[in-house]
Amino acid sequence: MNHLLSIDDLTAADIREILRITPSFAEVAERRISKVPALRGQTVALLFYEDSTRTRLSFEVAAKRLSADTLNVSVSTSSVNKGESLRDTAETIEAMGIDAVVVRHRSSGVPMQLTKWVDAAVINAGDGWHQHPTQALLDCFTLEQQLGDLTGRNIVIVGDIRHSRVARSDVGAFTRLGAEVTLVAPPTLLPAAPDTWPVRIETNLDRALQRADAVCLLRMQRERQHEALVPDLREYATLYGLTAQRAAALGPDVPILHPGPMNRGVEIAADVPDLDQVLVVDQVRNGVAVRMAVLFLLLGSGAAGMPAPALVDDVETEDAR
Amino acid sequence: MSESTDLLVRGGTVVDSVGTSMRDVAVRNGVIVEPDALSEPHVVDATGCIVSTGLVDMHAHLGEPGDEAAETMRSAGHAAVLGGFTTVLAMPDTHPAVDSAAVVDHVRSIGSSALCHVEVAGAITLQRSGKHLAPLGELAAAGVRYVTDAGFGLQNPLLMRRALEYCRPLGLTVGQPADLRALSAHGHMHEGEWSSRLGLGGAPAEAEEIMVMRDVSLARLTGATLHFQTLSSAGSLAIVGAAARAGVEVSAEVAAHHLLLTDSDLVSYDTNRKVWPPLRSSADVAAAQTAVESGVIDAIVSDHTPHTTDRKERAFDEAEHGTVGLETALAVALTAGISVSSALRALSWRPAELLGLGDPTTRSLSAGATADIVVFDPDLAITSKASEMATLGTNSAYEGIELTGAVRATIVAGRLVVEEGKVVA
Amino acid sequence: MGERERRGAPPYGGTFVSRAVVMDADQIRRAIKRMAHEILESNRGLDDVVIIGLQTGGIEPALHLVEALETIEGSRPPLGSVDVAFHRDDIGLRPVLPEAPTDINVDLHGCTVILVDDVLFTGRTVRAALDALNDFGRPRSVQLAVMVDRGHRELPIRADFVGKNLPTARSEAVRVTMSAVEIGSMQK
Repeated sequence: MNHLLSIDDLTAADIREILRITPSFAEVAERRISKVPALRGQTVALLFYEDSTRTRLSFEVAAKRLSADTLNVSVSTSSVNKGESLRDTAETIEAMGIDAVVVRHRSSGVPMQLTKWVDAAVINAGDGWHQHPTQALLDCFTLEQQLGDLTGRNIVIVGDIRHSRVARSDVGAFTRLGAEVTLVAPPTLLPAAPDTWPVRIETNLDRALQRADAVCLLRMQRERQHEALVPDLREYATLYGLTAQRAAALGPDVPILHPGPMNRGVEIAADVPDLDQVLVVDQVRNGVAVRMAVLFLLLGSGAAGMPAPALVDDVETEDAR
Repeated sequence: MSESTDLLVRGGTVVDSVGTSMRDVAVRNGVIVEPDALSEPHVVDATGCIVSTGLVDMHAHLGEPGDEAAETMRSAGHAAVLGGFTTVLAMPDTHPAVDSAAVVDHVRSIGSSALCHVEVAGAITLQRSGKHLAPLGELAAAGVRYVTDAGFGLQNPLLMRRALEYCRPLGLTVGQPADLRALSAHGHMHEGEWSSRLGLGGAPAEAEEIMVMRDVSLARLTGATLHFQTLSSAGSLAIVGAAARAGVEVSAEVAAHHLLLTDSDLVSYDTNRKVWPPLRSSADVAAAQTAVESGVIDAIVSDHTPHTTDRKERAFDEAEHGTVGLETALAVALTAGISVSSALRALSWRPAELLGLGDPTTRSLSAGATADIVVFDPDLAITSKASEMATLGTNSAYEGIELTGAVRATIVAGRLVVEEGKVVA
Repeated sequence: MGERERRGAPPYGGTFVSRAVVMDADQIRRAIKRMAHEILESNRGLDDVVIIGLQTGGIEPALHLVEALETIEGSRPPLGSVDVAFHRDDIGLRPVLPEAPTDINVDLHGCTVILVDDVLFTGRTVRAALDALNDFGRPRSVQLAVMVDRGHRELPIRADFVGKNLPTARSEAVRVTMSAVEIGSMQK
């Protein structure tokens, strides 16, 4: 497999391997010269059909720390472009000799569709409601830094799960690593057929938080109240927001994640983000390292891409050819 | 091969609405004759094949007029006869829509360029807008027997009631795609485990079922002849079955793809499998197969919907609906495990009856009947390739799938148009 | 993903089959002690000396070398490790993964760095390590200590301190642990 499209394409061992090597990439950031030549001469296109400054920057920094050239392909998000031919864009990129395409699109499935038309490695940086695999990897890494092994840990994901690629990816990653996941949302914001997900479903946030080892908040989009999915945001904040009282009840040792950007006063009360246990900054920092690891695995670790490459045992044989 | 050439379909097993027998079928001057009436006929080898009355497709979008880049009458006709169809009912969602006698005449005249018979369906409302009734009396007088807004189910219950009432004395069958749009609005596929996993908006089966319930009630109220187009959910089929048992005059069709493909087949976001109604769960597919065998479903249709590549090479939620299907419908039904006799009933005999084609006795291959004939090998497996199809549409849901059952020959009104699986006309 | 079976697949892995033991534990211990003396003599003590082991084979020899230096001098030089995965010249040509994060907690500017590895062969790993060191400052000098120099250099690189010079055939393999240095071959 030469792409990273979905967390569901990875086995537990694959995820563990990525998390194992991530600290090596994090170390690069701490060097006096925080750049290594690993991907010198390779070009990574950042194809963002949807605005996401932080994800794009994270991938861009990751690529540059590995000495890859980056190419920002800004695609207008205006409605005029709705229904544009994906293949045209893909073939344009292919013609430029790109080694990897990092793609963000408002529609689910676009990264997978691109793989039909490009030879370059495709990395999903978020597609519709579907997947955002590097977010899940960085969430796992961030939680393991705090909690150690996630096996048996109860991770509570709160918010608009129905429309969340982060939730879909996190559930896949956390459960693969042996964690138990509880989803909390009003039924209108739960996904279809929730019984087919490997999770516990809870509609009462306070009950769910009682046994939480970690909490992942999701961004609540303001448009949802206009789609009759919730009566209004004030009621949502009361029932499903992480209020100061709820944060206090959790205690200081329960890490709180948020993929950003946060709606203060909606899914998280105004002052809660300033608590030490809110790891948004760690998530951003770890995001670069995880994305470096992914880029390196796809582009730098040998012909076979993502699979964990051979480790030459403690034996010095033909060194390098 | 001119029309006057005598044809002898030799060595096959004849399966028609009368029964099954091993016999040869002879054709002279467009009608079936006794074999001994021929001298030096052109022999069509049907060894190992089924020989039956030509297939009738109650639901195909033929592109022309208005969308000639995706399909023309000529290319659609080639696709139809390669699929064993000798008659195709052209849906009225053309540009312009078939909402006047003038357009009916135009479509009929360009339809003569097709190798198969083309019947014309009219629109229920002007420009299929769902607002004002089309001149239904004028359409009936022009020979239209079936009206539908094709692709847009009538949402307004009062307008639906009026349409049914108005059509009843005109002898028009009302075709309704059952879909409550307000409930299915954000759906790009069937709502369920797979829409949840793939992160695509789902259309619940209930959006179809509620509409079926409503329209069964309106059919009972009005006494009109109602035909449900492309039903896809097990719940709908149960409602239609119960309505039929209660004596309500409704008939129903299923698209061939709903007999074989499920929502899980969308795992690779193949937009050529994006159809409407959407591919449903495996339980729905099993129910559709059962309903065809039991006769609850009257007809299997192609719901042939050709598109150019640009309408499909888009994000899944931005791609157009529909798959081509004329060339594969029979094979898909057989691959889905439908018995040969049920497949023929649903692909030939029953749709001909519903459309009032010919006289009821001609759904057999007996002397005197019009020589619309299909010859197919029910066991020949072929890997489906869109690039090898005659349709101009490039959107096949079956790309790379092995389908069992292949049309070997097709005769339209006594003219041999397909032989050895290739167009010879 | 998940093609872990590629691990150990030819030509990158396999099983080491020993043919002969060329150094035993005592000989290794004595060699390290001698190298420690040589390092001290050549650098006139331990001022500004930093020992850096190469992942993964150089880690253990580096640790033993530091202990030997401490025994002799009474003070312990800083010990670090460097993973050269990001600096190799064969990235993309063969599977390479980082083993452990590079750990260099001192500014190398003006220091004398003793790079330590188990086996010196083509020299490419050392070249990558020299490149990696640049990210941590500009050392006054870099010296190389290896347990075994088996020849077949492909780059103008030589060792300053050698445990044992071991003539080998290119097809042979050498395994270094703290209990034995063995020569043998890789069985696919």
